[in-house]
Amino acid sequence: MNKRKAWGEMVNPVVRSIPSSGIRRFFDLATETKEVISLGVGEPDFVTPWHIREACFYSLEKGYTMYTSNQGLLSLRQAIVQEIYNKFGVSYNPKDEILITAGVSEGLDLAIRATVCPGDEVIIPEPAYVSYAPCITLAGGRPVALFTTMEQGFCPTADQVARLITSRTKLLILCYPNNPTGAVISKKRLQEIAEVVCDTDLLVISDEIYSKLTYQGEHTCTAALKGMKERTILLNGFSKAYAMTGWRIGYAASNPEFIEAMNKIHQYTMLCAPITAQIAALEALKNGHQSMHNMVKQFNQRRQLMVNAFREMGLPCFEPGGAFYAFPEIKGTGLSSEEFSLKLLAEEKVAVVPGNAFGASGEGYVRCSYAASIKDLSTALQRIAGFVKRYGLRAKTNVIYKSLVIG
Amino acid sequence: MLEILKLLENEAKLSTKEIAFMLSLPEEEVRRKIRELEENKTILRYLTIINWEKAGEEKVTALIEVRITPQRDIGFDAVAERIYRFPEVKSVYLMSGVYDLAVFVEGQNMKEVSNFVATRLATIEGVTRTATHFVMKTYKRDGVILEDKEQERRLVISP
Repeated sequence: MNKRKAWGEMVNPVVRSIPSSGIRRFFDLATETKEVISLGVGEPDFVTPWHIREACFYSLEKGYTMYTSNQGLLSLRQAIVQEIYNKFGVSYNPKDEILITAGVSEGLDLAIRATVCPGDEVIIPEPAYVSYAPCITLAGGRPVALFTTMEQGFCPTADQVARLITSRTKLLILCYPNNPTGAVISKKRLQEIAEVVCDTDLLVISDEIYSKLTYQGEHTCTAALKGMKERTILLNGFSKAYAMTGWRIGYAASNPEFIEAMNKIHQYTMLCAPITAQIAALEALKNGHQSMHNMVKQFNQRRQLMVNAFREMGLPCFEPGGAFYAFPEIKGTGLSSEEFSLKLLAEEKVAVVPGNAFGASGEGYVRCSYAASIKDLSTALQRIAGFVKRYGLRAKTNVIYKSLVIG
Repeated sequence: MLEILKLLENEAKLSTKEIAFMLSLPEEEVRRKIRELEENKTILRYLTIINWEKAGEEKVTALIEVRITPQRDIGFDAVAERIYRFPEVKSVYLMSGVYDLAVFVEGQNMKEVSNFVATRLATIEGVTRTATHFVMKTYKRDGVILEDKEQERRLVISP
């Protein structure tokens, strides 16, 4: 009798080669811990503003439950185009330069699959969001990590980018404000990078999902820089700014050729983004400004609470100008990122995400989300302070790094 | 200063240190400003919002519409004062529209509240008419939903 292969061996080797997310293992542990305060959540603690939810009830009552065009509702695309133009002065054509996606996650996958050929290299500044490298690998490309440090404000220099460009380099992925570091890139720095990029055939995927959550300086849209609009695939969505993570709704903006290519994959895999989510997104753009502004203000207060608390306990903490994460350095405790996170969870019931989950350059840091209530933040920070005190800090790490990204 | 007030309005238990951190101000400055605001009566009191039903305490609240004859020179103020001085009266507002004062009265039971209206409130000189509406259920008070079914539903860790 033929002995069949083990099921596991029948899984595509490329998929097998992808390590499961470092976050997942930690997730299991944190879930088992009772009464844990979690600073490990990558989404707002707010629920979607009521007026947005209410607009969806109405649409359901009226029977809006069908497919939309592959590209998404034209009215939503128009509103998005208007928003990008008002904010950054970049004009897109709603007819063929915008694609509504099921969150930035889908947009990212589409952008990569539409452009990356087997063997192509993609430069990712690290620490980076966990999806970039696996999506590139799945598309047959090769992720190339660009290490950034706290001292350089977790932003790549043009020089670093230039040095990594080879004849195989196809893409550069930028994500500012950044998950996990909270870094905001300055216009000057981005311009220098743009100059390097424009001298080559390099394309840029700019994941600007946290753009509205910018507290220091101003967000610079990559596509707004000279020569960049045509070669940039701009990704954005509604999850973070409008507390709409579960709706899975975002968009891509780029030249008609790229959007058409992405739409080809999208039409055969996703067909269209859910209509209810599209209606919610339209309501968010039309009437969501006030509630969004309120949430941003609260995030900023919590941000300052957290950063000041870390500095007071002697943990060097880079000033996160955006998103909702602080990324304190924990090297002074003598623990690795994982040890720190595991012990903190076990001993203090506070969950943070080890920095190395976001690439090797995240070692020595932990990601702490301040998208939590003030009460939880205060308690968690007190517990961390006690923990840090217990493990002790080597004196020389007791340095405050001021923001390096502004100006 | 407004930022301090907005924070305290939402959460009176915030420590000066927390406020100082949240607004990136020196703690001493926050402490001084709060003291000033208390002294000049911008901050009047720090209250607690309690769901009395949950505490097993029976309380009855009524909204009483009061019509009054305004007096020369002082308008409604004198009558309003005679009303708001009663400890049973929790809030008093001068209203536009068909009646003049909206008076919220709290008591142990309906009888106690009715008694207060009949013997104290309606008999005040200048009060021409009252209409009492008892509160049957409180859903939201001072911006707080009493039985909020929206709890934390996020995953403990997410990327």
